[in-house]
Amino acid sequence: MSNESFFLDEEEIPFAEGQTIIQAALSAGKYIPHLCYHPEFKPHGSCKLCTVRIDSRTITTEDGQTVKIPGRAAASCTTPAQAGQHVESETDELRDLRRTLVQMLLVEGNHYCPSCEKSGKCMLQGLAYDLGVMDPHFPQYFSKREVDASHADILLDFNRCILCELCVRASAEMDKKNVFSLSGRGNTKHLICNSESGMLGDTNLAATDKAANVCPVGVILHKRHGFEVPYGQRRFDKAPISDNAVQYAPVKEQV
Amino acid sequence: MGNVTSNGIGPDDSGAVQAVLSRHKHDASRLMQILREVQEGLTWLSPAVLTAIANGLKLPRARVEGVAGFYHFFHTESLGRYRVLWSDNITDRMAGNADLMARMCKKLWLKPGDVSEDGLVSVGTTSCTGMCDQGPALLVNYRPITRMTADRVDKIVDLIRKKVPLEEWPSEYFLVEDNIRRKDALLDNGLAPGDALRALKSPQEMVDTIKASGLRGRGGAGFSTGQKWEFCRAAVGTGANAAHYVVCNADEGEPGTFKDRVLLNSYADLVFEGMTVAGYVIGAKKGLVYLRGEYRFLLDKLNAVLEARRAAKLLGQSILGQTGFDFDIEIHLGAGAYVCGEETALLESLEGKRGVPRKRPPFPVSSGYLGQPTAVNNVETLASAALIAAKGAAWYKAIGTAKSSGTKILSISGDCQRPGIYEYPYGVTVAQVLADCGARDTQACQIAGASGLCVAPGEFGRKIAFEDIPTGGSFMVFDNSRDMFQVARNFVHFFVDESCGFCTPCRVGTTLLKNVMDKISDGHGGEYDINDAWRIIRTLKTASHCGLGQTAGNCVADTLQKFRPSYELRLNVRDFEPAFDLDSALSKMREVTGRDDPGAHFHIAHRKSKSGVGAKGGDAS
Repeated sequence: MSNESFFLDEEEIPFAEGQTIIQAALSAGKYIPHLCYHPEFKPHGSCKLCTVRIDSRTITTEDGQTVKIPGRAAASCTTPAQAGQHVESETDELRDLRRTLVQMLLVEGNHYCPSCEKSGKCMLQGLAYDLGVMDPHFPQYFSKREVDASHADILLDFNRCILCELCVRASAEMDKKNVFSLSGRGNTKHLICNSESGMLGDTNLAATDKAANVCPVGVILHKRHGFEVPYGQRRFDKAPISDNAVQYAPVKEQV
Repeated sequence: MGNVTSNGIGPDDSGAVQAVLSRHKHDASRLMQILREVQEGLTWLSPAVLTAIANGLKLPRARVEGVAGFYHFFHTESLGRYRVLWSDNITDRMAGNADLMARMCKKLWLKPGDVSEDGLVSVGTTSCTGMCDQGPALLVNYRPITRMTADRVDKIVDLIRKKVPLEEWPSEYFLVEDNIRRKDALLDNGLAPGDALRALKSPQEMVDTIKASGLRGRGGAGFSTGQKWEFCRAAVGTGANAAHYVVCNADEGEPGTFKDRVLLNSYADLVFEGMTVAGYVIGAKKGLVYLRGEYRFLLDKLNAVLEARRAAKLLGQSILGQTGFDFDIEIHLGAGAYVCGEETALLESLEGKRGVPRKRPPFPVSSGYLGQPTAVNNVETLASAALIAAKGAAWYKAIGTAKSSGTKILSISGDCQRPGIYEYPYGVTVAQVLADCGARDTQACQIAGASGLCVAPGEFGRKIAFEDIPTGGSFMVFDNSRDMFQVARNFVHFFVDESCGFCTPCRVGTTLLKNVMDKISDGHGGEYDINDAWRIIRTLKTASHCGLGQTAGNCVADTLQKFRPSYELRLNVRDFEPAFDLDSALSKMREVTGRDDPGAHFHIAHRKSKSGVGAKGGDAS
């Protein structure tokens, strides 16, 4: 352990060489909201939920007023921790930013929590509740997305995809199978399967693969398993997502 | 959509794919070039062709499909024997491209974006093709046609119907003019090929020279070129293939910019010489030009210049007979992605991947192309570096202002009598530029492109310089007849088309901002929507992964502040009106029944709002 440290919301956080801000914060038990970050994978930096401000300054103007000059904004999952830096995370501005980002994800996909198997253990839903997102605010896309039930054990419901690429990374880095990838760009970006037909059933994904068990929302679901733990007794029903600094997704519920 | 060919792969296709793969030695990093060449032969990339390419390169198939799906100029569905793409920059709109495209579609019995029933042709739009000084412009099978008129539309429709091969179309259609209106130190350089190379001193002395000249990046960011080269020179390559690389960023995609097109067309020697100087300084043996797909028409000419330079010992082994001075240049083509102008996205694309900007650090100077130290410079920067190498730092430093030495090439388009290329010493005022290009009754200038700054008349005394208005060179002029709201709306649509989709704020935020602008344009917007726009702009600026998203809201922010009335006259008196529009929900029914009478509308008020406001801004959608 290194003896270097930085400050997160004025609290001193030690860090080891090479750790990013979020890695050091989570190790120290301090929660920073995140979706695409996962401790077992290289930081990705796409969801931007973990955005923090670094080294804001307060100056006194000639007429004696104090003015805060905001520091640079950065994704804390990909920004290396540096000794002595002052990082802000729990500010009104950043909470509002995160709420907006969650609302953006909520309108981009089709998220119908009341009928979703992942309700109560979904990270997007968990974050929305924890951040106090009361509604999606923006007009829904109502984008038309398909369901792929071609695989014997796994169902894909693309309606809920937040494009965090955890399954892409898991399949490439851990399973060494490259079952998932992304195609399209901008608002047509979407998850694809590694087969000429485009169907999951024509890939070599196994239900035990990391990629089949890493989805933080309700896209990659195991067939013949559903609602084994009833609503109301699930992980984020018991404690808010911010209670545990490190969020592994998804959580294996004890039956 | 087009079922011209089945998804199967015929023996001819297979042979064509294999030939391209062999030519590129089955090198996966050349995927972009392979996809383009295969598509040029087969007209589209069928599922079976993608599988064959993936197998040939030992890549996961989904990776190949993901790359093909990223770029606008690759298509995984047949889009017809003729693919027509109208450039849809605001300057094309102002020149009337919407009416011309509608005329073309009507004559071809087509809807924009659809392929004709016989699989012959499709007509659509694309982002600015860099022909703003001679628009309206379009691409037919990725070859540019400029100065479109109604008459030219009719003739082209005829050529397409008669299935005349592109090679037999009248050559004047494909004429692209330089339109150089003002030359200064760079465009009037008086140098012969090799002059800069013959003036080379030791690499360290050259770093010092470039630093002393004060040269800064001409793409817009303005980083010190000498410093960049020094960092890159000091960085150490890694692994078995350790090397340094020079990359010329010729992905000139900023709407309204076309100066690199002219530099490459008429000053290619100087650009290549600048790359060679850079190679000499940083210790690179290889240089790559990333040429935007829209400039495919320059490829053969540029390759001929490279060949001539090799023959003259200005490129290749032992340049100018100097042992150990080896440097060669290869040209890679992009395929329609503005984001690849961002240097790390460009590097990804050069490596045959989706053009998604990388995380920084590390920076390209230490870990760039293939993870090796790489100097990525703009076309104009490299040409300027060659000029400095030949003529010296002191001479160059004397041009321009104290903080911005040298000259800047502006691409001027829009409402002026003489659109084209203007080179000025830094420090020239906006007013001077406007006077020189013959602009009258100017309401605003958009400087530095869609992501840049909208300048109102009160600011025309400001200077083009890093310390005042920095720019990559785009300079679009709008006179009093234009509608600045529609200008901003055009730019917002551009960012929706060009966002790479990597990060949430840009992927979703650009679309939400477009929705707000469209809602206001349709007459349903209120104060509530303006507040929403600000909230989205803040989110884009704070949280986006790269410059594209961070600046995507600038055009709305600027016009909201400086041209508020163009928004006001569209705003509803009510604070809020839902985005869901009952009348437009009936449009499908009207289309099917062919009715447009009052009974086919929800409410009389909605019919009025359809007439639109301030028509001259132009609107195709």
